[in-house]
Amino acid sequence: MSGVKLTGVRKTYPNGAEAIRGVDMDIQSGEMIVFVGPSGCGKSTLLRMVAGLEGISDGEISIGDRVINKVSPSERDVAMVFQNYALYPHMTVRGNMSYGLKNRKMPKAEIDARVEEAAKMLKIDAYLDRQPNQLSGGQRQRVAMGRAIVREPQVFLFDEPLSNLDAKLRVQMRIEIKKLQRRMNVTSIYVTHDQTEAMTLADRLAVINEGRVEQMGAPMELYTNPRTLFVASFIGAPQINLIPVQFDGTHLVNGGLSLAGFADLPRDTDLVLGVRPDTLSVDAGGQFSVRVDLVEQHGGENLIYGGVTAAKDAEGEELEICLKADKEMLPSIDDSLTLGFDPATAFVFRKDTGERLK
Amino acid sequence: MTGSKIITHLILICGAIFMTLPVWVAFASSTHAPETLLREGLQIWPGGHFLETYNEVLFVEGGVMKKVTAMQMLGNSMILGVGFAVGKVVISMLAAYAIVYFRFRLAVPLFWVIFLTLLLPLEVRIIPSYKVVADLGLLDTRAGLIVPLIASATGTFFFRQFFRSVPDELLEAARLDGATAWGFFKDILVPLSKTMIAAILIIMFVVGWNQYLWPLIMTTKEENYTLVIGIKQIYQVLSEGGELPQFQKAFALTILATLPPVMVVLIFQNWFVKGLVESEK
Ligand SMILES: Nc1ncnc2c1ncn2[C@@H]1O[C@H](COP(=O)(O)OP(=O)(O)OP(=O)(O)O)[C@@H](O)[C@H]1O
Ligand SMILES: [Mg+2]
Repeated sequence: MSGVKLTGVRKTYPNGAEAIRGVDMDIQSGEMIVFVGPSGCGKSTLLRMVAGLEGISDGEISIGDRVINKVSPSERDVAMVFQNYALYPHMTVRGNMSYGLKNRKMPKAEIDARVEEAAKMLKIDAYLDRQPNQLSGGQRQRVAMGRAIVREPQVFLFDEPLSNLDAKLRVQMRIEIKKLQRRMNVTSIYVTHDQTEAMTLADRLAVINEGRVEQMGAPMELYTNPRTLFVASFIGAPQINLIPVQFDGTHLVNGGLSLAGFADLPRDTDLVLGVRPDTLSVDAGGQFSVRVDLVEQHGGENLIYGGVTAAKDAEGEELEICLKADKEMLPSIDDSLTLGFDPATAFVFRKDTGERLK
Repeated sequence: MTGSKIITHLILICGAIFMTLPVWVAFASSTHAPETLLREGLQIWPGGHFLETYNEVLFVEGGVMKKVTAMQMLGNSMILGVGFAVGKVVISMLAAYAIVYFRFRLAVPLFWVIFLTLLLPLEVRIIPSYKVVADLGLLDTRAGLIVPLIASATGTFFFRQFFRSVPDELLEAARLDGATAWGFFKDILVPLSKTMIAAILIIMFVVGWNQYLWPLIMTTKEENYTLVIGIKQIYQVLSEGGELPQFQKAFALTILATLPPVMVVLIFQNWFVKGLVESEK
């Protein structure tokens, strides 16, 4: 097995679109890396550059010790699972899985052995002689995985492989992918814009924004210690509460809202306070009160959405706060709740640069 | 409701009779003796000379032309039809493959040049084409008969549209699977185009079978005649000499010339419709 190393990688499309603007990344052997980011941030582009499906405008990508900028996709020893599976519609499952091996002139007996083994592992051995249009979405997904596995590549690449599945199957396949990756211990890069997939699959997570890696690290590290406003707002579901504030020397102030417990912040610039919904709690001695607008019961926990009359959000509307409470907590609409949080768990960012100050 | 249904059916039946009656008359007349035809004109009911006429036309040397039999002409037509259809499919698939999948600088202008040749059918370029084939010494050969006809803008256009609708991911998956350019074409594109190929083969077979002008000026030796040319020549042959004109044989030849295309369409019509309607990707 081998790792993947990206050095100063850039991509400019022929139409002038700068999709990747300088990415450095060192992926260890056997590690599972997840790229997350909003639509159009360049996740797919970066993955496809590793695969060899897009040229590399600048910088260097290597797999193991080998620089692969100029190596053709099939010789890079990578396998890719596509979002729409990209199975060959006229071939059977067996045909789909063995096509890559045939092109490598592998002996027939070995191809059969590998296909059978992968099919067993993925529980598709009963469908080997069917064509893709006779399979369900989940089964097609497995075939696509099987086609990647039989190649026994150095690196697996996944481009949103689960986004065409229904919610239940997605969870199930997510767990299977993770197990499979653990078992096979193959370096993997996985692209998704799904929060949960990203958090649960990744050994390390790379949050990508406008063609740059905004922050890279273990999922929990990004959650508890985001380096920028973008990362904080992107990681975590429900989304972090973002409150535009100014520092008056002792308090963070937004209209009638005034929060104590902060120090050493600049006074002359707009700031954003980030408070995770699960760090907020109902507390009679808390710092501010909200009017309950909506209670969502998720089974194990409730999400309470409330308006802070005294404060405004970034658009100038009334500030809306989300709080994660346990399932017994069931306030009525328009009740008033007093909330508190530990300032040590809150983040403060500069509004203009997004840089985290605290 | 039923009234309008009856009327539509009446219209359809009239149309069908209008279209098929001439063919039927030709067939019925072909089964009569020449004397009957000469005395009484065209016949609407079959006569008793079916076997005699068709046997002479098909198998007896001198029965229809001086030397060549209808059987040999059928063979020639078949070679032209099949060669024409296969040639067109092969050439247009390769052209469409190059245009859709290879980034070369002139791909788009070249496509339009090919497309514009639709405006230049054979009839327009027949003299230069004849000159080229003559200079190559291919007059009166099968290659000379087929090759100048097989470039096909229509076929290229259809395959181009089809290839463009094949998802890019298939190409990408094949590239990762180590398929060469030729491998992707033969392992993925050709099987995917199966029904399309069948439809174009059928259409082109019929078009090739019915070629008239080019075989007419290309073939001088009787043994290279196709059926369609044979029909044209038979009136000349028949009116030569002082004998009774053998119109029943001319009709028989006409019927023979229409049969294979009809059979092909009938037998393959399911494929044909599928190819035009379905897109299995
Ligand atoms: N072939 C192309 N030519 C020109 N620009 C492109 C091309 N492919 C992508 N882009 C641009 O590059 C940027 C990154 O695209 P990319 O597909 O990598 O986004 P993504 O992060 O995968 O988004 P999504 O989550 O929607 O899949 C986008 O702004 C897109 O418009
Ligand atoms: Mg994408």
